[in-house]
Amino acid sequence: MTTAPNAFSSYPDARGMFGEYGGRFVAETLMPNILALEKAYAAYRDKPEFTEPFEELSRDFIGRPSPLYFAERLTEEFGGAKIWFKRDELNHTGAHKINNCLGQVLLARLMGKTRIIAETGAGQHGVATATVAARFGIPCEVFMGAHDVERQSPNVFRMKLLGAKVHAVTSGRGTLKDAMNEALRDWVTNPDDTFYVIGTVAGPHPYPAMVRDFQSVIGREARAQMLGRIGRLPDAAVACIGGGSNAMGLFHPFLEDESVRLIGVEAAGKGVDTPDHAASLNGGKPGILHGNKTYLLQDDDGQIVEGHSISAGLDYPGIGPEHAFLHDVGRAEYRHATDAEALEMFQICSKLEGIIPALEPAHALARVRDLAKELGKDGVILMNMCGRGDKDVFSVAKALGVEL
Amino acid sequence: MTRLTPTFDRLKSDGKAGFVAYVMAGDPDADTTLAMMTGLAEAGADVIELGVPFTDPMADGPPIQRAALRALDGGMTLRGTLDLVRRFRETDTGTPVVLMGYANPFYAYGFGAFAEAASQAGADGVICVDLPPEEDTELREGLKAQGLSLIRLATPTTDDARLPRVVEDTSGFVYYVSTTGVTGSGVGETAVVSGAVDRVRKAANLPVAVGFGVKTPERAAEIARVADAVVVGSAIVDALNASGVDGALKLAKTLADAAHSAR
Repeated sequence: MTTAPNAFSSYPDARGMFGEYGGRFVAETLMPNILALEKAYAAYRDKPEFTEPFEELSRDFIGRPSPLYFAERLTEEFGGAKIWFKRDELNHTGAHKINNCLGQVLLARLMGKTRIIAETGAGQHGVATATVAARFGIPCEVFMGAHDVERQSPNVFRMKLLGAKVHAVTSGRGTLKDAMNEALRDWVTNPDDTFYVIGTVAGPHPYPAMVRDFQSVIGREARAQMLGRIGRLPDAAVACIGGGSNAMGLFHPFLEDESVRLIGVEAAGKGVDTPDHAASLNGGKPGILHGNKTYLLQDDDGQIVEGHSISAGLDYPGIGPEHAFLHDVGRAEYRHATDAEALEMFQICSKLEGIIPALEPAHALARVRDLAKELGKDGVILMNMCGRGDKDVFSVAKALGVEL
Repeated sequence: MTRLTPTFDRLKSDGKAGFVAYVMAGDPDADTTLAMMTGLAEAGADVIELGVPFTDPMADGPPIQRAALRALDGGMTLRGTLDLVRRFRETDTGTPVVLMGYANPFYAYGFGAFAEAASQAGADGVICVDLPPEEDTELREGLKAQGLSLIRLATPTTDDARLPRVVEDTSGFVYYVSTTGVTGSGVGETAVVSGAVDRVRKAANLPVAVGFGVKTPERAAEIARVADAVVVGSAIVDALNASGVDGALKLAKTLADAAHSAR
């Protein structure tokens, strides 16, 4: 698809900027690596040696295309617009994460890299990376905050079963951002043989654009499926946002469709007016971290503040730079949902649709409810069900005071 | 002109390598850091690198990561760091001070405003770890307007195609990172470092200081034989934490002597 030079979908520019966000803010040791990755991605992305295995394994290994599903009983419950789910929770490993891992690991192979590293918060990206690395027999090491290793022990065991080595990160405060710091430190130390598989649309250029490209299969499929099923585009496309990879994957193919509102839902934790949230756009300001300029949770001195959310997949103190751009120019709207709302939606969706959602998309569903009323019965909402909730049953039970 | 150029000129005419000592601002409190800065200058440090604490020091190993957290827990900020430079200048007007940190605190302050404040406080230069030449325009121009040095990092992965760009707008000296790795991880082979220093010196026509992983007087002396200055950070930071100001300064004295007498 050719795009007009100023089209929303034409970003980033040659410097990796989405307007004033993005860029390549890394230590000099990594600059040559970043530039080499950019070159390799540009060289291989349309070549058959990349696209053929990518398409074959997307179909046979991940299970794409994922279905489009009419959420009839939730539509009835919310009493407004028709609600459709893009079912990316039905992917192999249970979330959208693997779309990106497959792309990056294939690229790593073509670049001759012999070792894969990744960071992970809740463990979903770690499991997806370990899964693809296992498929290709490439050694994989995953960095995970020590606190998360304890909270997410089933995912730690999964990664180990898949042959990955899991490093419990105790530096800093032992959280997702510290895991990312540690992965960057590993990459600085092993720049020649190692490929760093970043799990979201953040980090230095070309990661935000590359991860978006790999995830935009979500929006491309959903767009075609909507046209096929109901003969029109949705009025709104909704997705939850931590770093923002599932949302960017859903939004990107709709950027030039002016009639489609794009709505991202951040994690408000205990509320955006409390210190305990992870809403970088609604409660942060622009800054520089992990290789890119974007909205960050930070104090007046520029020190990074920890995010909080009941969903370990959303408690990152930053957000992808393309979201920062779409927010500033007004092409996408960014709302938020609290822990309590996510818990409520987690239960409602399970009961009414027979789908146990991950806590992450449960946040999106809270705003789908408002939007359904706002748009009325003629409206159509597309929501990305980006992950399944099996991983969350323990923390939800705990939050609800249920003993398992 | 900053204090850096006369300092390296003096070292050159004396036929000596310089000793660059790193200390983290506010580790564990401001008064300790001030005592360290004064003491380091007395112990023979030719340049003081003052670390600006940041929550997410991606290029630092465990010793400096922990020092940053101790400093932040003690309430240190970028403003507090600049205040330390100001206090240091009340008693020492000759020893160059270079601020070393990460982009976000400088960005939050405003790159231009920070450069101005750093100049007023009496700093001589800035090293910003995560601003490669592609991204440092604002800081570079801000520092230039104030007559301060921007000191860029060259690394083993900086190839010949990239090196001219890295050294182009550097002044004072070039910081050569001796190994691919984080601070404190272990210095590269002396012969390899020697070749790299020659390459960087030729491209930059500036003194080259070598750091990341120099811990002992023996290694400091080896590096001092091939570089214009040797940088020690993690070892001093660890000594300060383990045995206080006196212990850290004792180590610094042996390192300074080793660097100065190596040739």
